Amino acid sequence: MSLIDQTATELLAGLGSGEITSVAVTQACLDQIERHDKNVRAFLRVDAQAALERAEQIDRRRKEGRTLGRLAGLPVALKDVLCTRGEPTTCASRMLEDFRPPYDATVVTRLRAADAVLLGKTNMDEFAMGGSNENSAFGPAHNPWDLTRIPGGSSGGAAASVAARMTPLAVGSDTGGSIREPAALCGVTGLKPTYGRVSRYGLVAFASSLDQIGPLAQTAEDAALLLQVLAGHDPLDSTSVDRPVPDYCETVRRPLEGLRIGLVPEYFGEGLDAEVEAAVRQAVRVYESLGATVKEVSLPHSKYAVATYYIIAPCEASSNLARYDSAHYGYRTDQKRMTAELQAQRKQLEEAGDQAALDDLDNPLIRMYRRSRAEGFGAEVKRRIMLGTYALSAGYYDAYYLKALKVRRLIRRDFDRAFQDVDLIAGPVAPTPAFPIGEKVDDPLSMYLFDLYTASTNLAGIAGISVPCGFSRGGLPIGLHLQGPTFAEEIVLRGAHMFQQATDWHRKSPPLH
Amino acid sequence: MVRRSNLCQICRFHRFQWARHTVVLKYWLARWWDTRPLYIHFSLPPQIAVSESYIVVIGLEVHVQLDTRSKMFCGCSTEFGAPPNTQTCPLCIGMPGTLPVMNRRAFDLALKTAVALNCEIPRYTKWDRKQYYYPDLPKGYQISQFDLPMSRNGYLPISDTKGQFSPKRIGIIRAHLEEDAGKSMHDEAAGKADSRIDLNRCGTPLLEIVSEPDMRSPAEAKAYLTELKLLLNYLGVSDCNMQEGSLRVDANINLHIDTPEGTLATPIVEVKNMNSFRAVERALTYEAQRQYEVWKETGRVLGGPGGHKTTRGWDEDAQITREQRTKEESSDYRYFPDPDLVPVTTTEEEVQRVRESLGELPAALRVRLEQTYGIAPYDSDVLVNQGRPLVDYYVELAEACGDGRLAGNWVQQDVLRTLNERQIAIAAFPVSAGALAELLKMVQAGKITTSRGREVLAEMLASGTPAAEAMKALGIEEVDESALEDLCRKLLQANPEVVAEVKEGKTKAIGALIGQAKKRNPNVNPGRVREICLHWIEKAY
Ligand SMILES: [Zn+2]
Repeated sequence: MSLIDQTATELLAGLGSGEITSVAVTQACLDQIERHDKNVRAFLRVDAQAALERAEQIDRRRKEGRTLGRLAGLPVALKDVLCTRGEPTTCASRMLEDFRPPYDATVVTRLRAADAVLLGKTNMDEFAMGGSNENSAFGPAHNPWDLTRIPGGSSGGAAASVAARMTPLAVGSDTGGSIREPAALCGVTGLKPTYGRVSRYGLVAFASSLDQIGPLAQTAEDAALLLQVLAGHDPLDSTSVDRPVPDYCETVRRPLEGLRIGLVPEYFGEGLDAEVEAAVRQAVRVYESLGATVKEVSLPHSKYAVATYYIIAPCEASSNLARYDSAHYGYRTDQKRMTAELQAQRKQLEEAGDQAALDDLDNPLIRMYRRSRAEGFGAEVKRRIMLGTYALSAGYYDAYYLKALKVRRLIRRDFDRAFQDVDLIAGPVAPTPAFPIGEKVDDPLSMYLFDLYTASTNLAGIAGISVPCGFSRGGLPIGLHLQGPTFAEEIVLRGAHMFQQATDWHRKSPPLH
Repeated sequence: MVRRSNLCQICRFHRFQWARHTVVLKYWLARWWDTRPLYIHFSLPPQIAVSESYIVVIGLEVHVQLDTRSKMFCGCSTEFGAPPNTQTCPLCIGMPGTLPVMNRRAFDLALKTAVALNCEIPRYTKWDRKQYYYPDLPKGYQISQFDLPMSRNGYLPISDTKGQFSPKRIGIIRAHLEEDAGKSMHDEAAGKADSRIDLNRCGTPLLEIVSEPDMRSPAEAKAYLTELKLLLNYLGVSDCNMQEGSLRVDANINLHIDTPEGTLATPIVEVKNMNSFRAVERALTYEAQRQYEVWKETGRVLGGPGGHKTTRGWDEDAQITREQRTKEESSDYRYFPDPDLVPVTTTEEEVQRVRESLGELPAALRVRLEQTYGIAPYDSDVLVNQGRPLVDYYVELAEACGDGRLAGNWVQQDVLRTLNERQIAIAAFPVSAGALAELLKMVQAGKITTSRGREVLAEMLASGTPAAEAMKALGIEEVDESALEDLCRKLLQANPEVVAEVKEGKTKAIGALIGQAKKRNPNVNPGRVREICLHWIEKAY
């Protein structure tokens, strides 16, 4: 088997035994990127030279018999929402096109300490807002299974890069499904850990109470390996939880005995594609064949999840993105043109004698904010900033934000009750397989409904994973969604691994030419 | 040229605030080079003329920078006066991906203050984002506390030893923590709008203390501020330096006017830009008068047409308030809970522990000094208001010399005068309480007079020697009692005419003997000479 088709776990074994070198693995990934990324557009930036140097260094240290980190020599791709010291971190936005943070995200620090080889930064929806990767200011990523289709989002580049075998491992972030949905659409495994499991320090915030960093990989075993490195308490993130990290790598191989799977009738209603439903139901039968019992559980408030999510996330986003004011860093409008424009407007109004309009005319500072933000942000980002600003405004706060917080608590309570009866809840990740690029561009609402099954995981702060469970007739991957209680990453990963031991959907790779 | 104020030299109102006064007299100083006039209103100061017809209602918002080494949510230094933008990090300049981590010490200092202000401490408090755009606020929001502040419903007692108002409690609505913004420096010289931003202050911990509108005069407002500052000083939570901005005051003021139709309230005005407590007092005095005049002129009342709240800035040079742009008044801060921070819980036991660790606070200390050392409220006020180190000095002195009142007089007059003259703190005062006590004991025993004592203290300050040595250096010697009696007897023998006069009842004649005694030995205590002479005249003549 070629290097790029091997899982991270397999590669790690080969690296450990000296059969293969990190340079060879890294070069194989870079070659694959070179060959296919002009079509897939999974990466916004590839740092080939630095990656090879790092690989070389690790190979050398290995030869010298030094102790190496857990991911020694393995290539890892980073979603471009994670800060890397001194390197561009764009969030796929014009606003941060030239932004180089003077610090590493905590997960990046941990990856470096684990001797991972960082390949580069992957494409995404601007500021992680979107489910199709079409909102990238630098052009969409494409689904490796069908280049005319979306890879999902917002971690579209990360999922596509793993699916296209450009990297064995990628790190993404998930605010309402942004790891799991592209993982499902690209046929890879993607885990959203419990809120607080992985430090958010250095993750450019979209919606702080929902954002969580997680692994994308070919297999659950690989996801466990990467999570092992990412997870853990961080004093720099007040919301990260100080709780021991289990040995995921060790436990992931143990099958779950007496596994109780929950099926939610609310998840199999209107809007769910028949092929997706069939694949998910078939996956549940696989579990049954492995000795699991299946039980119906109810999540009565799940139907409000999308509405709740599209209040809370934009509210937090409107606040988190207020810092991009062009005063201190980031994109700034052309000030000469701006000044000329202001002067022209002033003159025009003076000639017209319109004193009221003159009084309302922006001062240069306000005009700089307005123009910079208007030019620096894309349409979806602006839409969400406006939604959030509106929902937090005096007179609307109680009806929108406060009510959404209440529903959020009810959603969490639904899950708490359900997990008294079952260990994992199974269901679809996305309502349909990947749709063609451009299909929903003018229909944000139907795009938002794509988060139907995943948003409630974030609202409840629990763990969820997407595992490949079949293909549509058109050859597009379909994902199985497994949700577990808070800090049940171990159970979720074991459940996913069990399934992957019995199936081989996750070993299929796209027909790239 | 000496800068002259535009204030009336009597009523301290601006010269244009003549109100119903029609004439402003100008006086020129005799000094020919000083061409600026002094102003004096012609008739009674207006606040006296009208003070019976309205009451002033004042509430204060005080922002206090807490004395922490690092900022509220990052590790940057809070040191004042560093070159611009040198005390910053990715967090406090609002870079993406950074996350705030609460400074526990700031919270503890705030808790201490809130407990000392008799506030209720809720078990649970959270952080909120107050959102507005300004370049000195790089995140686009300020982390503050909105609906669940860390403390509420407290009070601070105030009183005035000069009797300007009776003792009262000023309610504290709430005290909450927040982070400071940076500083904007606007240079609009020559029509060029050139603004510079210094973010060193950005993120410094601030405690905002909001009072009830319980103050009824500018004097009460000043007393509240003085007492609050003193309390913060005793607690060691802030240096309260108004010049460096570590204590800032905004005031809300309006009038309740008695009219035949009932009581009316004037529109509330928020007064800003007051850089000293004196400025607060003056600004509020000015503002009360201005509101009264405006009401007379326009009849505008709170809630009525044109009766919305406005903001005015105190202009120290002109000694008037000026209306500030009120566009911000209508701004909507879109508060919501900060998702990057976790709520803080405080148990009843923790509050109790803080309460026990407060130490003796000014109000209790005053009472103790009065009761233990028998000094008057005025004196205890002067001592306590100087801060804990001076009180400690006083207590040590009083204990050592055994006379609280004498110690009080000496500390208030001689020690404080020296501290003021030399611009030093009590810690740098060269004479220890023990050494001063030795001197006071001699004064007390009548061995030397108070005025001789002052000379000795001056010598002690100059040479750094103990009292006995200083006296020797000045040629002052303790006069032995038997030697003194000997001297008196000799004087009586030599001055029979004085003895005769005294016997006729003219005790004043003794003065001549005292003068002669002093001439023979400058160290004699005149009182003692008088006593001994009278005693002998009665006994032996
Ligand atoms: Zn800082």
